[in-house]
Amino acid sequence: MNRYNRHIILSEIGQEGQDKISKAKVLVIGAGGLGCPVLQYLTAAGIGTLGIVDFDVVELSNLQRQVLFGTSSLGENKAEAAKKRLEDLNDAISIVAYPEKLTHKNAIDLFNQYDIIVDGTDNFATRYLVNDASILTDKPLVFGAIYKFEGQISVFNYNNGPSYRCLFPTPPAKGAVPNCSEIGVLGVLPGIIGSMQANEVLKIILGLGNTLSGELLCYNALNNKTVTLKISKSAKEIETILSKKDSFDTNQVEELCEIDENLISIKEVADQTNIQIIDVREIHETPKIESLEVTSIPLSELEQSIHKIDSEKQKVIFCQSGIRSKKAISLLKSLEVTNCYSIVEGALEIQSYLKEQYKTIS
Amino acid sequence: MLITIKYFGQIAEVTRREEESLEFSGSLISELIEQLYKKYTALKNKDFKVAQNQELVTLETVVSGNDIAILPPFAGG
Repeated sequence: MNRYNRHIILSEIGQEGQDKISKAKVLVIGAGGLGCPVLQYLTAAGIGTLGIVDFDVVELSNLQRQVLFGTSSLGENKAEAAKKRLEDLNDAISIVAYPEKLTHKNAIDLFNQYDIIVDGTDNFATRYLVNDASILTDKPLVFGAIYKFEGQISVFNYNNGPSYRCLFPTPPAKGAVPNCSEIGVLGVLPGIIGSMQANEVLKIILGLGNTLSGELLCYNALNNKTVTLKISKSAKEIETILSKKDSFDTNQVEELCEIDENLISIKEVADQTNIQIIDVREIHETPKIESLEVTSIPLSELEQSIHKIDSEKQKVIFCQSGIRSKKAISLLKSLEVTNCYSIVEGALEIQSYLKEQYKTIS
Repeated sequence: MLITIKYFGQIAEVTRREEESLEFSGSLISELIEQLYKKYTALKNKDFKVAQNQELVTLETVVSGNDIAILPPFAGG
């Protein structure tokens, strides 16, 4: 019995369709929550060549949703661990692991070797890189993104359709939109969204049905509602990316590092004088930092409480994890408050660092 | 006119609801957003796009439908 029998007996696919699948080359960026189901279904479907890009290693907290991996993969590179498992699922296809970070330097060469790109990344910097490289290499991009209980799916840069930048032209400020590791995610959600991405890939290869090109599907796992929104192509956005073709591998670094210079570690803060330390967490959040003089201004009240900020001093801001403090920095920047820094550590780490310091002194 | 607004992701967390109906007497999407900024100050710090009758629109678009969606970008994967 042929492995692909259940595809082949579908009159819409047949041997001809299965041959198309066997000839297809698909590159999956990120072997995480979304990447795992995409890889599993595409491997099972018999995609001829499957590339996997991921520099990260498998961690215990990944196993709640990244069902491709088991405890035996802990500590292994994700691209390599995925390849190992997928080769057991289907040894008749070619699987290539790229255990490296996708960058402006390697993206174009990599994308050129494949027919379809799948975005399973977990941050905006890489999402915009994937989008722009897809435009420059003229490859269809199957997009998926998740937030807690909700997902978005689309097909970009396909059949003269829109790209991600036609929807959201520029990345949000760093830290403005948290990812799964910062805020949590329902384990089955990336399974659903990733499976829908795999479905879009197969429809593109087979020329079957309608893809989500020009549309964004929004899915909510809590109420099972889906909303599909039309996206128009912005020729201007695509033109801007195409015009950067020659400098693509060099000119992007600044854009992504811009806000980082405002980051500071608690270790550096301890030596400073003439500073105002601001806690932007809500009043009820713990632990309270009692060994330092702290002004409490919840982020939600920051704009209205600007008078509490000392313009003469350097402002050092912290929160529970370092996300809201970064948000506070951008907000203050927009209100023309200068000399602001965000502590990279969260309140817990700050507290334990300070405790450690006092121990050494006394 | 009475319009229904759907909120997604982080936006629904700011508004503390996924959907609401409200009275709007202006003409442009930008005026509707100003009205929402007054109601939900924290919305000013959020990135989002607006859809009208299931179609993404710009701030300069005239409000012509009663079905609006406010959509933030998602990072997670």
